[in-house]
Amino acid sequence: MTLSTALAEAEARIAEPSPGALLRRRIFGHGGFLFGAIVVGLVLATALLAPLLAPHDPYAQDLTRRVVNPIWHADGTWRNPLGTDQLGRDYLSRLIYGARISLLIGVATMAISGAIGSALGVAAGYFGGRVDMAITFLITTRLAMPVVLVALAVVALAGGSLKVVILVLGFLLWDRFAVVTRSATMQVRNLDYIDAARAAGCSDLRVLASEILPNILNPLIVVATLEMAHAILLEAALSFLGLGVQPPLPSWGLMISEAKEYMFFSPWLIAVPGAALFLLVLAVNLLGDGVRDIAAPENRN
Amino acid sequence: MLLFAARRLMLAVLVALTVSVICFFLLHLSGDLAQALAGSSSSASDVEAVRKAYGLDRPIIVQYLGWASRVLTGDLGQSYFFKEPVAKLIAERLPVTMVLGVCALVFAVALALPLGVVAALRPNSWIDRTALTISVLGQALPSFWFALMLIIVFGLTLRWLPISGSGTWQHLVLPSIALGYYATPAIMRLTRAGMIEVLASDYIRTARAKGLRAPSVLFKHALRNAVIPVVALAAVQFGFMLGGSIVIETVFALHGIGYLAWESIARADFPIVQAIVLILASVYVVLTFLADILNAFLDPRLRVG
Amino acid sequence: MTAVLEVEGLRVDIAMAAGALHAVRGVDLALAPGETLGLVGETGCGKSLSALALMDLLPRRVRRSARRMVLDGEDLAAASPRRMEDLRGDRMAMIFQEPMTSLNPAYTIGNQLAEALMRHRAVGAAAARDRAVELLEKVGITAAGERLRQYPHQLSGGLRQRVMIAMALMCGPRLLICDEPTTALDVTIQAQILLLLKALQREFGMAMIFITHDLGVVARIADRIAVMYAGEVVELASAAELFAAPGHPYTRGLLRCLPVPGRDRGEPLGVIPGMVPNLAQEIAGCAFANRCDRAADACRAAPPPWAPGAHRARCILAPRAVA
Repeated sequence: MTLSTALAEAEARIAEPSPGALLRRRIFGHGGFLFGAIVVGLVLATALLAPLLAPHDPYAQDLTRRVVNPIWHADGTWRNPLGTDQLGRDYLSRLIYGARISLLIGVATMAISGAIGSALGVAAGYFGGRVDMAITFLITTRLAMPVVLVALAVVALAGGSLKVVILVLGFLLWDRFAVVTRSATMQVRNLDYIDAARAAGCSDLRVLASEILPNILNPLIVVATLEMAHAILLEAALSFLGLGVQPPLPSWGLMISEAKEYMFFSPWLIAVPGAALFLLVLAVNLLGDGVRDIAAPENRN
Repeated sequence: MLLFAARRLMLAVLVALTVSVICFFLLHLSGDLAQALAGSSSSASDVEAVRKAYGLDRPIIVQYLGWASRVLTGDLGQSYFFKEPVAKLIAERLPVTMVLGVCALVFAVALALPLGVVAALRPNSWIDRTALTISVLGQALPSFWFALMLIIVFGLTLRWLPISGSGTWQHLVLPSIALGYYATPAIMRLTRAGMIEVLASDYIRTARAKGLRAPSVLFKHALRNAVIPVVALAAVQFGFMLGGSIVIETVFALHGIGYLAWESIARADFPIVQAIVLILASVYVVLTFLADILNAFLDPRLRVG
Repeated sequence: MTAVLEVEGLRVDIAMAAGALHAVRGVDLALAPGETLGLVGETGCGKSLSALALMDLLPRRVRRSARRMVLDGEDLAAASPRRMEDLRGDRMAMIFQEPMTSLNPAYTIGNQLAEALMRHRAVGAAAARDRAVELLEKVGITAAGERLRQYPHQLSGGLRQRVMIAMALMCGPRLLICDEPTTALDVTIQAQILLLLKALQREFGMAMIFITHDLGVVARIADRIAVMYAGEVVELASAAELFAAPGHPYTRGLLRCLPVPGRDRGEPLGVIPGMVPNLAQEIAGCAFANRCDRAADACRAAPPPWAPGAHRARCILAPRAVA
């Protein structure tokens, strides 16, 4: 007997609350999860209600009111709380509409890469052998490809639009899905009840859908949030480099790119959309970490 | 050991080859190279002339085989824009990117390893929580934005460091931090998890039972075993950093291959893009290969068989 | 004859979210030079924790305290952590249950053996190596010089445990603690290791604490036996007397659980009904009272006193003086 098992046993002997109470306690006791859920919820609401929330048209230019300072500067006014950009567009309105782009890219990319990655990963983990070898090779190859460079080049050739960026990122970011679902499937696959299901005459497809998928859902959700954050960051980087979403769309990355020239005198033009990006990505990551901790507290790192 | 190395090497070559195939076809199929080269305002006959001049009218398989056979002889082709050999252009700029990558990796490891170790020694202490917070925040920081904020704070406001170009070591400080911080959360977490696991192991208890002093237990017995997976991760992260250097080099106007790639994409100079993709993939493959070898060196259990 | 080790009132408390768990609740031990004390009890009774407490190897959230804890004239209870480091591996050494994981996989056997000597003695690498070869040969490892260059994963479990024993003996300790050293090994290897430990003990003149849950093993090696239950020693006697006339109901229960070849064929093996009490709570009377078929009200009221004499049992029903 090792000391750690003895401690675990001893701890288990002390009375535990009911599972439901425990789950509630875990959710509400988990600051990161709460923060993530609230911020993601707020950004989602902002994106959905953008036309109601935005004080101005995000595309309306006013060249007489360019780079107006935000409210925390002495000459800022409530007319443009976050000031205006180099074309006199209201920065707050652009920021609000920008949430739509980031969320859309994040969710759509995650859906595409998730479908590709988990299909490959589950197939590799479930069938093993040569299928596994081939898919593992595919994953290795994908990891060796410089994502930013390939994405930039393809988007540059195919033309920068939201649709192209989503497709390119979706087809590039499936690796982590594949890696995680592969190992999760392998673990589940060797459990007795999978053998039992097969012995009972269930087809492979049936076993996959009804026995394996529900059991790998947890790691899948965690990876999905991480990859969503990853996609949001990459879109911003591509747009920042001028080869992602094209003007005049208010992508946060593009806003930072357009503000570069004004870095000297109006650093807030860069700070504001970057902070929004940072906050959203942080919230999505914390949400994912929270799901992992709450679903499997013993794996908390 | 030799057999293991040979097998890994073959796999590495195969991966690099596959990447080159995929990227070649990806670039040629995702848009009209001739149109991109000639420019969007050029006439249809101009585009056809460009297509003929650069051999883009041949079947794509033929184009790939031609390109690949030349690459095997060391000829990476001719730049459309510079009218110079791609190999020469890249050779001029590769050192900048490599130096940047190494500095960034050194920064990342120098920050992450001690933090991970200290966090593991005192789990759930304030220092552990601080390290964890840094890693969570770091993961969410957009690298190009972080780079710009570094420029604003340290370059423009405090005027401590130069903000663009190259030449002195000071020019490398901000880019290395901007590029390296991205690897710190992963390295820190892995170090922390590895140290916690190793510190709870039986052989650490044995080392303590021998009466060894704490530093000896920590560095000789624990860290040595905990860093084994970190080495592989660091190698992979180095590969990612070289790929990510395109963003950082652009922000800091460092003329490495990332910057060259960015310019070349904008100029539709695809021989250069193609070559840089191949080089970055090869470097990644070589790095993971070296990491495997290094792992076998660090972990005697991997040496046999 | 002065004792090598004297322990009085050793307590080990584990800090937990819901309060402290009293894993060891006042253990007294004494060992004469060259004597082997068997420490017997079921999983969780505190025998391993008591040993780790002596060595000061407890995890951070586990605290030890004792009224008196003296090794060879040196007060362990008052010793600083640095002083304990000096004593560990030098005056007192320990070997563990899991030979497979107790050696560092990254270093050679020779490195790990030499390190134990060089930490405590001002000797060079060559002298440490010679001592390592000498001890490897003593623990019955052939071609010792070549073994030094090998890594733990190249050795079998039995060999690794021999290496662990050699490592513990590098500095010639006065006290050797063996925590279930044979439990993880094959039965034939077990017997070899037990014989080896006995022979080495005689040669080095060490006192030895031998921890096991296996009464069969302890019968073969121990001079005296301490039976532990729920963090306390409940019976202390010479090996012969303990097996001949167990004084505590728990010891009798344990002995009934032991199969005896040829005797109780066809009869079911004994079991001790009930559960070990929760050590997070104060236990008013005898800790075994809830499982004892002869428990009286007096047992639950106050902890039973030690019956006097050389054979001691902590039970009101125990014969007052067996010896």
